[in-house]
Amino acid sequence: MQVPGPFEYDRATSVEQAIGLLERRGETARLIAGGHSLLPMMKLRLADVEYLIDINDLHDELGYVLVEPDLVRLGALTRHRELLESDELAAVLPIFRDAERVIADPVVRNRGTIGGSLCQADPSEDLSAVCSCLDAECVIRNGSGQRVVPMAKFHRGPYETAVGDGEMLVEVRIPLHPDSSSAFEKVERRAGDWAVVSAAAAVTLAGGLIADARVGFAAVGPHTVVLPAVSELLRDEPPGEQLYERAGALAAGHCEPSTDMRGTADYKRHLVQELTRRTLRRAVQRIVDGRS
Amino acid sequence: MQVTMTVNGAEVSREVEPRLLLVHFLRDELGLTGTHWGCDTSNCGACVVWMDDEPVKSCTVLAAMASGHEVRTVEGLAHEDGTLDAIQQGFMQCHGLQCGFCTPGMMMTTRALLDRNPHPNQAEIREAISGQICRCTGYATIVRSVQWAADHPDGAVPAAADEPAAPAESVTEPAAADATQPIPAGSAS
Repeated sequence: MQVPGPFEYDRATSVEQAIGLLERRGETARLIAGGHSLLPMMKLRLADVEYLIDINDLHDELGYVLVEPDLVRLGALTRHRELLESDELAAVLPIFRDAERVIADPVVRNRGTIGGSLCQADPSEDLSAVCSCLDAECVIRNGSGQRVVPMAKFHRGPYETAVGDGEMLVEVRIPLHPDSSSAFEKVERRAGDWAVVSAAAAVTLAGGLIADARVGFAAVGPHTVVLPAVSELLRDEPPGEQLYERAGALAAGHCEPSTDMRGTADYKRHLVQELTRRTLRRAVQRIVDGRS
Repeated sequence: MQVTMTVNGAEVSREVEPRLLLVHFLRDELGLTGTHWGCDTSNCGACVVWMDDEPVKSCTVLAAMASGHEVRTVEGLAHEDGTLDAIQQGFMQCHGLQCGFCTPGMMMTTRALLDRNPHPNQAEIREAISGQICRCTGYATIVRSVQWAADHPDGAVPAAADEPAAPAESVTEPAAADATQPIPAGSAS
């Protein structure tokens, strides 16, 4: 029987009040949203929590998908199912629907949130790869205001983020660019599993050439990564199968997968190569289809 | 701490430790052992119940988090007159279970599926139960059971001789009959 150690439980009534509680209780306090990462950690006694602050009542305040002309704002408490089902989000960032279809399972997606996924900072977590490749920014609020941290600096290492004591991730912002699209692919051993490897690509075209492209991966190193070398290779090149092949080969050489129960390092490099090709191909195709 | 929630339409209130999981609250505090306690890691789905009309894995929800919410368990599936829900009848008609351990969770998830999508295809049914494990059926008869329920939204019509509704007693959880008697932790259901 897996049971968490004893803790005090409180419910947040507003973001300000939650931050006040976090400030008062310091590092012994944790926020709980969907709970599908934190509760298993607490059951295994990997997370030592003395004071648990339930923020689920803040869904009205922190659960939203707002599509603006140049920006998408996602509230930290937006649940996976809401991200999956948002047609408005899929229209501008189809990568979210690609990813959410294969994140955990439908019942877990009813509870899990984007904020929880990013704050868990698991190196195999799919939305972290998605948000990294989209160059997302994380809005972190504390008692004196808020600061904005790019995804590249949000994860400090496995299970470590830029969110400090007395702070809370409240929003994820994703810039939108014209003539752009995105795609996500994941290989998993069985439905609902963590990725063997997952890949995320975001592409912007201009004048028939790739103006900008970013490819991100989960489960190929100590944290989710975007490979700048691949972006360099793709820039100002005409999109096509040969280019995707070269990008895949470069990505396979630049990632750092390790052999584990999900596969050998060699197999994971093979997946990186293949999934890079597939995600780039699909992202470019979506831009072309969107114009017609 | 005091938790108060609505379970199958009735308000219940108990003094519990904050660390008590919803699945144990239902089974041990309320005696509702129809909800099964399986893997304890949110993988198997035997513990699925509804919280505010959405299926959740009750091994990964604290009873404290469910306080103030509406919970529905497999004991709340049948209609007030004792008639089994169409999904329960489907599992009987199409042999959707063998050992029955996964069945309460399967039925709660697929009832929710049919409420949102009354005519799911095979792929949609399999997707809906993809977070739940059955070690007996190979899933084929579960999928058929859900399709039967979709085809018979009101359950079997008694006049149809080829599809008689079985008596409700045959699948009623005996332990659920008396919710005032707590079941000791770890007891089989």
